[in-house]
Amino acid sequence: MKRFGALLLFPLAGLLSGCDLVVLAPAGDVALQQRDLLVVSTVLMLIIIVPVMALTVFFAWRYRHSNASATYAPDWDHSTKLELVIWAAPLLIIICLGALTWLGTHLLDPYRRIDRIEPGQPVTVLHKPLRVEVVALDWKWLFIYPDYGIASVNELAAPVNQPIDFRITSSAVMNSFYIPALAGQIYAMPAMETKLHAVINRPGTYVGFSANYSGAGFSGMRFAFHGLSDQAFDQWVAQTRTASAALNRDSYLELEKPSENEPVRHYASVDPDLYGAILNLCVERGKMCMNEMMSIDAKGGLGLAGVRNTVPLQYDKLARRGAVFGNDPSYVATICTAEEAAASRAASNATPTDWPARNLSPLRGAGLLRPGTESRRAEADAPPLGLLRQEL
Amino acid sequence: MPDSLTKFIFGRLTLDSLPLHEPIVVATFAAVALGGIALFGVITYFKLWTYLWREWFTSVDHKKIGIMYMVLGLVMLLRGFSDAIMMRLQQAIAFNGSEGYLNSHHYDQIFTAHGVIMIFFVAMPFVTGLMNFVVPLQIGARDVSFPFLNNFSFWMTVGGAILVMASLFVGEFARTGWLAYPPLSGIGYSPDVGVDYYIWALQVAGVGTTLSGINLICTIIKMRAPGMTMMRMPVFTWTSLCTNVLIVASFPVLTAVLSLLALDRYVGTNFFTNDFGGNPMMYVNLIWIWGHPEVYILILPLFGVFSEVTSTFSGKRLFGYTSMVYATVVITILSYLVWLHHFFTMGSGASVNSFFGITTMIISIPTGAKIFNWLFTMYRGRIRFELPMMWTMAFMLTFTVGGMTGVLLAVPPADFVLHNSLFLIAHFHNVIIGGVLFGLFAGIAYWWPKAFGFKLDPFWGKVSFWCWVVGFWFAFMPLYVLGLMGVTRRMRVFDDPSLQIWFIIAAFGAVLIACGIAAFLIQIYVSIRRREALTDPTGDPWDGRTLEWSTSSPPPAYNFAFTPVVLDNDAWWDMKKAGYSRPLSGFKPIHMPSNTGTGVILAAFSVALGFGLIWYIWWLAALSFVCLIATAIGHTFNYIRDFHIPAAEVTQTEEARTTLLAAQG
Repeated sequence: MKRFGALLLFPLAGLLSGCDLVVLAPAGDVALQQRDLLVVSTVLMLIIIVPVMALTVFFAWRYRHSNASATYAPDWDHSTKLELVIWAAPLLIIICLGALTWLGTHLLDPYRRIDRIEPGQPVTVLHKPLRVEVVALDWKWLFIYPDYGIASVNELAAPVNQPIDFRITSSAVMNSFYIPALAGQIYAMPAMETKLHAVINRPGTYVGFSANYSGAGFSGMRFAFHGLSDQAFDQWVAQTRTASAALNRDSYLELEKPSENEPVRHYASVDPDLYGAILNLCVERGKMCMNEMMSIDAKGGLGLAGVRNTVPLQYDKLARRGAVFGNDPSYVATICTAEEAAASRAASNATPTDWPARNLSPLRGAGLLRPGTESRRAEADAPPLGLLRQEL
Repeated sequence: MPDSLTKFIFGRLTLDSLPLHEPIVVATFAAVALGGIALFGVITYFKLWTYLWREWFTSVDHKKIGIMYMVLGLVMLLRGFSDAIMMRLQQAIAFNGSEGYLNSHHYDQIFTAHGVIMIFFVAMPFVTGLMNFVVPLQIGARDVSFPFLNNFSFWMTVGGAILVMASLFVGEFARTGWLAYPPLSGIGYSPDVGVDYYIWALQVAGVGTTLSGINLICTIIKMRAPGMTMMRMPVFTWTSLCTNVLIVASFPVLTAVLSLLALDRYVGTNFFTNDFGGNPMMYVNLIWIWGHPEVYILILPLFGVFSEVTSTFSGKRLFGYTSMVYATVVITILSYLVWLHHFFTMGSGASVNSFFGITTMIISIPTGAKIFNWLFTMYRGRIRFELPMMWTMAFMLTFTVGGMTGVLLAVPPADFVLHNSLFLIAHFHNVIIGGVLFGLFAGIAYWWPKAFGFKLDPFWGKVSFWCWVVGFWFAFMPLYVLGLMGVTRRMRVFDDPSLQIWFIIAAFGAVLIACGIAAFLIQIYVSIRRREALTDPTGDPWDGRTLEWSTSSPPPAYNFAFTPVVLDNDAWWDMKKAGYSRPLSGFKPIHMPSNTGTGVILAAFSVALGFGLIWYIWWLAALSFVCLIATAIGHTFNYIRDFHIPAAEVTQTEEARTTLLAAQG
């Protein structure tokens, strides 16, 4: 097998030189540090792997049955010194690797803001991060640029040497947001937000895709990531602004429907609340947002009345069928729209009398503060549950 | 017939459920049907049904059940491998705008089925079969603790396999990946029967696996020969014990998580849905709390095989028995503390990720110690390179590479760039083929003469060996490279033409592996034809060290005429050295369990129950459930549980062996 390996090496070298090992030669500083860790770990492990493999081959040859000159010790089965070595050697390597892992994992935590643009060039106040909100759809990617009020589908652009803050979510199923040249991947999950901080150092066009199988159109869920100079990026923004389409709740619901191999699309304007609505699964009007639901629940919930607060689902991404013995698909209706809530809050300072706020103290424990509030005063300031509309 | 009646009788099963529009499936079905009819005809022609039913299907003999598990594993290997080669072909040609020859509906089922079948219905039956056959012999027992349960467990595993196979021709299989992550596997995004097939096949087979785990733990704890203390158990028995502890502790988690998914799909609960308070991340955690121990369930018994083989073929005691045992136990415990490394990319904090990364690396310490122990067992040995030892050598050189890439993937920042890539695919095939499969082939070649009384043909064994080993390197090294090129798994079409050459190399490797499988089948055929020439009348063809080699090959139904007494680690080696002589008289009647068909019937009802649930045929589900319970209760009134082999028969069997041994001189 060893001879065979050597034979394989020649064509292998030729083949390898012809391909783009993007993970080993990325264009972004984060991916570069991840690459370094990969290489260092490999070298560390080779310290023990190579001798083991060599010894295996050597012992196999040396103590082959036909070699009568080799020592034969059929009852030799213990050596404290050797045992110490064979436990200690891997242990030492793992201690080094473990330390490296602890440091590397914390330094390269995707949630952590990056602190350098490239080696020797720290991030300063002058670097204003580019914010990008990423939504994995069936089966395409939506990128929203809240700072510019524009959006694009299956195309991502960012200026080089400028930190990028990604906020990532998904509309329906799990995906994984991955641009190998830029930085490691992170899952995109519905109703949840993950974060990624990265920077691209060399201009160019790179490949991005979903790295977690998500259904029929998964293979075509790819996009181009353009690393652009500041100037070119401004041009790209200006060009996107000339697009005719606007992204609001209605056009999003249209876009969200499953489709495969989508071409690049640009949106000149974006509803600023849209990303929050996608994240909280409440783009459809009349659907209660997850954050709203969670804060109600944190305050004790709606009680029995809440159970009936559902509306039959009219539409879902696929031809949705409910569970055979379950209720028909439904969703939790919003208690009031954001506009209504604001209006209501402005109109009345006092607790409305038509829906008495429930005494929640037994649920929370009498002495405890409401979750998320810092003081009694803040608790008293929080909007009461009396905002519930009477018809519920 | 009114529509509602049709719906009542057939549930959602209609003529459209048969994949008649998929020519590949139809051709496969035709081939399987023809093969099935031929097999059925042959069995009927030779009037073998009664023989099969009496001697095999209803048998409670652990040796026969072990062999049936191996046959099941082999049959399912052919199915799982067909899936593999279809994927390799698709990925090798789907370039430059070509869609390949598989649409996503078909392709996505194939990669899901490949994973499910290879883990649950190939590796698990092989491993369970090996443990079933070997463990009672190694500890000097006459059977397992609960012989009927053993038969029942086997048939439940078969039941699961039948459901998976049925999905190929009736309806479809899941299109979710082998772990069926929600929300994709929820009713909203997978409304078809695929995921239901997945759930019920695994639930049915899971019952079998769990019960078999309980059975083997009891056997090892309670039925060891006198004198065999825990620290005198053969290493294979030790690794089997640890594996079965893992099974019993982890399979209930799988059962629970699949039950929750089934509740989501059937009664509209919201454990793993996106809204109504559900959380798919819980599923991912739970399934991996089972899934990670599962990989050690697969590999630990093979570590045992390598220990037995290395020590036997080096003609030497195993180096560092005690540390080997402790390493196994440490791996068993640690395997529960690493599950999160399968999803570092889900956004856990850095501290959580590093904790699980480091615990994963710690597992490599006892594993490394094991490798060193095998190495120093070879040191100052007299190594005979027979087939089992060749597989062990290939394992040591292949598995170390897989171990290294595994530790690499345990470094969270490195995992961020390699997760879900073909590098990951290459890694786990590297350890599963290089560890589990190579170990199984070593084990099969090693214990075959014990099971059948003749050795396997070495020529075809070597052909198979080289095809497998070379094929493995050709098939999976390109995937490491592709992973470093940022290519992700489960892709159906590619747009970068520079990748194609690597996929072609990988496909070539898969073809070599196909030759390896063919050569293995030929090896079995040739060996059976040449069994006279390959015969081993001694019962100890390899100069073995453990108790299974002290009895005849194949062993009599009662395994040992007298329960052996153990005085040392390598009991049989020790007995041979001490000038052991077989007792030739004084045989007594031997108490044995009776065969029963209840296991087959229970499993058949379980399959019907599963089928009814999958297709919403409620009357079938209800009926088979009632029958299942009734049969189980009915069996408790079966008092014909055991019998005695008369002393005369034992004497006769043992005298036949005496004559045979005497003829050898």
